[in-house]
Amino acid sequence: MMFEVTNMAFALPEMFMLAMACVILLVVAFLGKSSAGPAYVLSQLTLAITMVLIYYAMGKTAGLTFDGTYIKDAFSDILKLAICALNILVLIYSSSYLKDRGLFKGEYYVLAIFSTLGMMIMVSAYHFITLYLGLELMSLCLYAMVAMHRDSVTATEAAMKYFILGAIASGMLLYGMSIIYGATGSLALATIAETIQAGGVDNTVLSFGLVFLIIGIGFKLGAVPFHMWLPDVYHGAPTAVTLFIATAPKIAAFAMAIRLLVDGLGSVHQDWQGMIIMLSILSMIIGNIVAIAQTNLKRMLAYSTISHIGFILLGILSGSAEGYAASMFYALVYSLMSLGGFGMIILMSRQGFEADTIDDFKGLSSRNPWYALMMLILMFSMAGIPPLVGFYAKLTVIKSVIDVNLISVSLVAVVMSVIGAYYYLRIIKVMYFDKAIQHEKLQAPVDMRVIFSVNALTVFALGIFPGSLLALCTSVFS
Amino acid sequence: MIIDFPLLSLLIWLPIIGGVAVLVNGDNNPWARPLSLLVSLLTLVLSLGLYIGFDNTTYEMQFVEQAPWIATFDINYFLGIDGFSMPLIILTAFATVIVVVAGWQVIQMRPSQYMAAFLIMEGLMIAVFSSLDAILFYVFFEAMLIPLFLVIGIWGGPNRVYATIKFFLYTLFGSVFLLLALLYLHHVAGSFSILDYHDVALSMEEQFWLFLAFLIAFAVKVPMWPVHTWLPDAHVEAPTGGSVILAAITLKIGGYGLIRFALPITPDASLALDWLVIGLSLTAVVYIGFVALVQKDMKKLIAYSSIAHMGFVTLGLFIVFRIFANSSTGSGAVLAVEGAMVQMISHGFIATAMFLCVGVLYDRMHTREISAYGGVANTMPIFAGFAVFFAMANAGLPGTSGFVGEFMVILAAFQANFWFAFFAAITLILGAAYSLWMVKRVIFGEVSNDNVAQLEDINRREFWMLASLAIIILAIGLWPAPLTEVMHASVEHLLTQVSQSKI
Repeated sequence: MMFEVTNMAFALPEMFMLAMACVILLVVAFLGKSSAGPAYVLSQLTLAITMVLIYYAMGKTAGLTFDGTYIKDAFSDILKLAICALNILVLIYSSSYLKDRGLFKGEYYVLAIFSTLGMMIMVSAYHFITLYLGLELMSLCLYAMVAMHRDSVTATEAAMKYFILGAIASGMLLYGMSIIYGATGSLALATIAETIQAGGVDNTVLSFGLVFLIIGIGFKLGAVPFHMWLPDVYHGAPTAVTLFIATAPKIAAFAMAIRLLVDGLGSVHQDWQGMIIMLSILSMIIGNIVAIAQTNLKRMLAYSTISHIGFILLGILSGSAEGYAASMFYALVYSLMSLGGFGMIILMSRQGFEADTIDDFKGLSSRNPWYALMMLILMFSMAGIPPLVGFYAKLTVIKSVIDVNLISVSLVAVVMSVIGAYYYLRIIKVMYFDKAIQHEKLQAPVDMRVIFSVNALTVFALGIFPGSLLALCTSVFS
Repeated sequence: MIIDFPLLSLLIWLPIIGGVAVLVNGDNNPWARPLSLLVSLLTLVLSLGLYIGFDNTTYEMQFVEQAPWIATFDINYFLGIDGFSMPLIILTAFATVIVVVAGWQVIQMRPSQYMAAFLIMEGLMIAVFSSLDAILFYVFFEAMLIPLFLVIGIWGGPNRVYATIKFFLYTLFGSVFLLLALLYLHHVAGSFSILDYHDVALSMEEQFWLFLAFLIAFAVKVPMWPVHTWLPDAHVEAPTGGSVILAAITLKIGGYGLIRFALPITPDASLALDWLVIGLSLTAVVYIGFVALVQKDMKKLIAYSSIAHMGFVTLGLFIVFRIFANSSTGSGAVLAVEGAMVQMISHGFIATAMFLCVGVLYDRMHTREISAYGGVANTMPIFAGFAVFFAMANAGLPGTSGFVGEFMVILAAFQANFWFAFFAAITLILGAAYSLWMVKRVIFGEVSNDNVAQLEDINRREFWMLASLAIIILAIGLWPAPLTEVMHASVEHLLTQVSQSKI
């Protein structure tokens, strides 16, 4: 390797975040029950300062550090910024929801910050073990967050499912990594890539390892047929936690997929393409069709997540730089839309009432025209109707698939997007065409209302001017 | 000519921004209606600028505007019009004014949202007609569905939810194939400009699939038999304004799409598959004509008659291949395409008028059943006069615009094949039958019940609305030259494109 001295600066944001996580942990330990408020403020500060740190290091020297186990490049910078920004928003969304349900505790924020740290490590990992450490740091925190609502049977059940299936997935991933280690003799992604490129690696062993690796990735992303945990966890977890799980961790999982499949095993693209095609097509089909049958909005959005994952995989499977950029664009856009979608449920909820069934949205446009309009924007965007940003996300991934002549895959994608449009339309139908059955006022605090409006309007604005974000994603892979 | 002035952008964004302004104003604001009228009138006046500044002698795109939009993919904000799009833009601007006036008193529920939806839709539709970048076209093409979806769903009849979701999914299903085709063409042509698509060489197999994609997308919009079933539902449930826009403009986008995409980009596949389109068109003309005959609901009857009339448009566009095969001059081909265009414009006005007439009756009686009426002429004489006139125009009476387009297409069809002309001409009988029979049952005869006896004749607003339409229909019928002149150069250019193989 060309790096003599360990360049600590490359990991400065993570180090800062780790230090702050420990500080928050201490604060929580000392203040006890009254620690939630300070922990919340400190967490937001931590995330904000980390963003500043990442932002200032952006565009400066990129490269490997810590003996080639850690990388700082444009890809990691952008995704880390997105992760921190999303989590800031998630925490704003969730504070009043947590207060109403007795979950507003310091521990929640400790877990959130540690899990964010895990995501950042995943994004920057360039070594199997680093990657695994990041993944576990993130996942273990998430399991605990789901289980925080101790008295809720569904939440506990969801946490158990999440933990067990997540552990199996981690096991699969580790097994795949160990086989690839056996084939290439290295755990570092850069060395693995070089070794495979140089030739002489037993392809059977490699493919065998690859299968398990993809199973692991599929689990974490929630791609069919490894999606079973996703609806139950999304549905069972407190909505604030669902919001957390549904946004930033998806970006981290996407980064993991890119690191493993593209950076590490990019030269055996032919071997994994077929598997990803299967995952992608199945996710789009099952996700979209099963979502139609849901009456619970959280569950419906969970299945819609699965279908979106299918679309994200489209870009990866194309195997072109343009495709990877398209996937990245899709992942960022998706997390923004999903933030708004689950955010809306939180916005509508109040003490002792979860607005998580579709019927709760009946007649919203006469009760609350503004928020109905915002939700309309989000739903049409998820359905991929222009001029909203979800359309460009679909456009770019489908374009990348067509450019590598996988026309039949693109056909499945567009037909499924029509089927998918149905259940998003149903939400709009309920909001706009049905009569209201309840007339309670919205109780959400001002900061959440503002954030939600900004969120939805961003989706709209990005739809009119998608150019800069698209250019940013493209620049990463060129 | 005023080339540098971004007139097209103004026409697109003025109604959209105006619509947003109306929306923001809120439903209780008394200014919602006048502001909407002002915006739509201003747009109409500005759109006439296109006609005045238009250069008849060239097929080249005019009023061109180009600016980078999504630089990464080389997607441009690329606008321009030719003889095909210009009349349709003016039709759009006109129809929107009519819709605003028609909804003036009738729409009491959320009036500003209603007006805003139509104004925004107007901007989007004008943008569809003037986009020369494929992605830009597609964005507007799809975005147009959102306001129409809401209009039918919110202000529609009892079965509106079913109708609007069916409408949305049907058209979305058609258009996603268009998206695939456009992306594939970009893959081949290396650009998203529609004009570059026109010049790209394609193998027969590629053309075949692309043509099918175009056909699915635009056949749903036109709508052609057998993908027409969304239209009667949507029309019946939609409020009057929604029906007007559906019939007058969105159907035209189907025909326009065939002219802009299918014919010039895939001429060889169009030639090879012209039997399919001609067959479907004649089915629409004859079979749907019979279906219209037995309708009990007035709006449904007009909806089916729309399908039959649009059959003429697709027929006119696709018999050109047969005409080329039969004669060397191709003068009949010009007649066919111009006939199709005139038919589109004329149907835009006539269908608008017919739906408004139904709307006038519906506002008073709250039923569209033909059997609920009878003898309306006794209580609403002025209205009856208009209704009979429009029904005559719908049946293709000489002197009205309905005659011109149909006659041109039938005349051209004789040069293609006698039987095409024969079946197409059946519409003259069928059109007269269903239009006049409806008039007979609704307008004439004895006053059938008390409700009809208490009807009041049309007020000033309704009078001017219908009168302006009557004048235009008569004007085009008596002197269609101003309309055909502007499109002549574009039609000839289209025919040269169509007659050159791209393989």
